[in-house]
This record gives sequence, C-alpha cells and structure tokens, in this order.
Amino acid sequence: MFVLIVGAGRVGSAVAKSALAAGHEVSVLDADPLSHERLDAGQSKSWEDASGQFTVGTALETDALIQAGIERADVFIASTAGDNTNLVIAQVAQRRFGVEKTIVRVMDPARADWYRQQGLHTISPTKHAIEMFENALAPEAP
Amino acid sequence: MYAVIAGAGKVGRNLARELISKDHEVTLIEASRARYLALEEEFEHAIQYGDATELWVLERAGMQRADLAIAVSGDDEDNMLFCQVAKEKYLCDRVIARVNNPRNHEHFRLLGIQPAVSATDLILRLIEHEVPRYGFVHLLELEEERLEIIELEVTPDASVVGSRISEIPLPDGSLVISVLRDGAGFVPRPDSVIESGDEVLIVLDTALEDDITALFAPNIRPATA
Repeated sequence: MFVLIVGAGRVGSAVAKSALAAGHEVSVLDADPLSHERLDAGQSKSWEDASGQFTVGTALETDALIQAGIERADVFIASTAGDNTNLVIAQVAQRRFGVEKTIVRVMDPARADWYRQQGLHTISPTKHAIEMFENALAPEAP
Repeated sequence: MYAVIAGAGKVGRNLARELISKDHEVTLIEASRARYLALEEEFEHAIQYGDATELWVLERAGMQRADLAIAVSGDDEDNMLFCQVAKEKYLCDRVIARVNNPRNHEHFRLLGIQPAVSATDLILRLIEHEVPRYGFVHLLELEEERLEIIELEVTPDASVVGSRISEIPLPDGSLVISVLRDGAGFVPRPDSVIESGDEVLIVLDTALEDDITALFAPNIRPATA
C-alpha cells in the first residue's frame, strides 16, 4: 500500500516508521524540514535509504500534496498539530483525490465524534487519555 | 436576523457594528482573550470569548437559531470548519467566509462554502475592470494605519527586473502581494521572477513610497499623489 502521512510530529513520524517497517510505501509531508530528523532518529539507515519519501510543504497547498504523491495514495493520514487543518485536508484527500482510506487525528473529542458521524475516520487521543484516566481512578473491581 | 460572526478583528467588529446599527442581533466570537477584553465594553453581551470551532462555544452562542454565519478570522482552516459545522450540523442556511489566502479558495469550494470572499480577488477584479493603466496607482489608503496598497508598472530600467521576489531588497514594512502579467494575476512566491512590464501590487507603509518606486520604476512620478 502507498501511505501518505501529513504532519511528522511524534505521532506522524512514529506511524511512518512502523508503516515502512511493515513493508508499505510511505511518503511524509511536513512544513518543517527539521521534522525529517524525527524520521531518521533511532534508525540504522536514513529515511531515504530505507526508501521513505519526504516532502517539505504546507498541508493546504495542493501542489505539495500532489508532489507528495496524494494522487496514488491508498491511505491518507492527517496528523498535523491543528485539528481544523487535519479535518480540512482529510476532506480534500477524500473528496478531491478520492483516497480510499483517510484517517484523521482530532484532539477535540466533540469535533472527532461529529466528523466521525459524517464519515471520516477520526482518532481522538484526548478521548483515549480521558478513558485511561477514568480507568486509573476507578476503584479496583472486587 | 440573527448573525454569528467568528473573529472580532477589523472585519468582524466593523461588520458587527454595521449589523447592530441596522437592528440585527449579533454574536461575535473571539478566541483571543486580550482582544475580547478590549471589545467587551463596547459590545457587551454581543461578544463571547472562545474558539468558534468548538461545538460547545457555538451552542453557547446559539448557533442553532442563527440565520447567518460569518467567518472572518485570519485563519482559513478555522473559517472553513466554522462554516461547515454551522451549515451541516446546526443547519444554518446562509454562510459567508473570508478567504485569507486566495490559493485556499478551491478548498472552500470543495467543502461547499459559498460565498467565500478574498480581498485579493476583489482588488484584482477592480483593477481589471476599473483602473486604467497608469504607471502608479493608489488602490487603497488606510490613513490611520499609515498603510496603502499601490500598483506599479515595472519599467525596463528597474533594478528588480529579472530578480526573484526573495532577492529584492524590499524595505521592512512593504510586501509584494500580487503580480499582474498578460492579463492574469498571481500571488508571487519567494522564487517568482519579476519581469519588465509586470504590474505589481505592493502593500506598504506610506513613508516608503519613494524607496519602493526607486526599486520598481525609478523614473516615474506618482500619477495621483
């Protein structure tokens, strides 16, 4: 599969590395050239030597998305720091480029829920954190 | 009519004033605490503090009963999200969005957000239709802010001919916002090259007019001073 990941922060870069290790073709787009270092960190080969692709560009720039290979992407992952940016580019990937599977990180649980109802595959780390805290707080079952 | 306005910057607050003076009900939503506090005295209950893309903020503002949702923040993604949620979740019939970067216009269209208005587009349209060809035109002057937008035709003897935007020693306080060439306009990138005969739109501090003219059209005089 060809996986395009927009936003190579902690989450994006880690998912990129594991997808590459799992044998997928992986392309990463990030506005900050420095984020490339996160892809190299802890690896024996550089990202490109491991056959990863990296493009510097802004998520909303159609040219950058095309350069990063969105037209042939099977999976699109939106993991930039901005919820609204992620929600917009995921819809661009889905509606304009017809990407089969789009996965969006949305920190705000309320927006994540509503957009999930609209047919986007949203993941809300905040929601998981809340559940984990609640479980940790709950008294042990007898 | 009840209007919810996202963003209480210059555009948002002046729209709110205008609508309130015409007896419409308005709620302004402003995400910057400092700006909210500065405007609270004037707008009282008609301004609320919060992120206009958070659902509970919209519900607090009564988005469910709004007739019109206006997105005029400085962030295009926020404007798109606000309008999409207003329209599709709260079933607001009419939305209007401001496009900050004209390149994002296609995304507004894709998400069905119309009308989407971009200041650059409006200015380009004005130029194409109404402004005759001069070497130097004042398109817009903001006296209080000491800012203006001018259009200059680049003369063959100008030092900038053949230079990339990023190589032009533009004084601080000025910016090339569009280039008109062969009847079409574009927003230049740092690597766009200026050609002789281009018409450039520059926003600048009014005090910099002479410096700018020296760069782009060293031997002309302002047609309207």
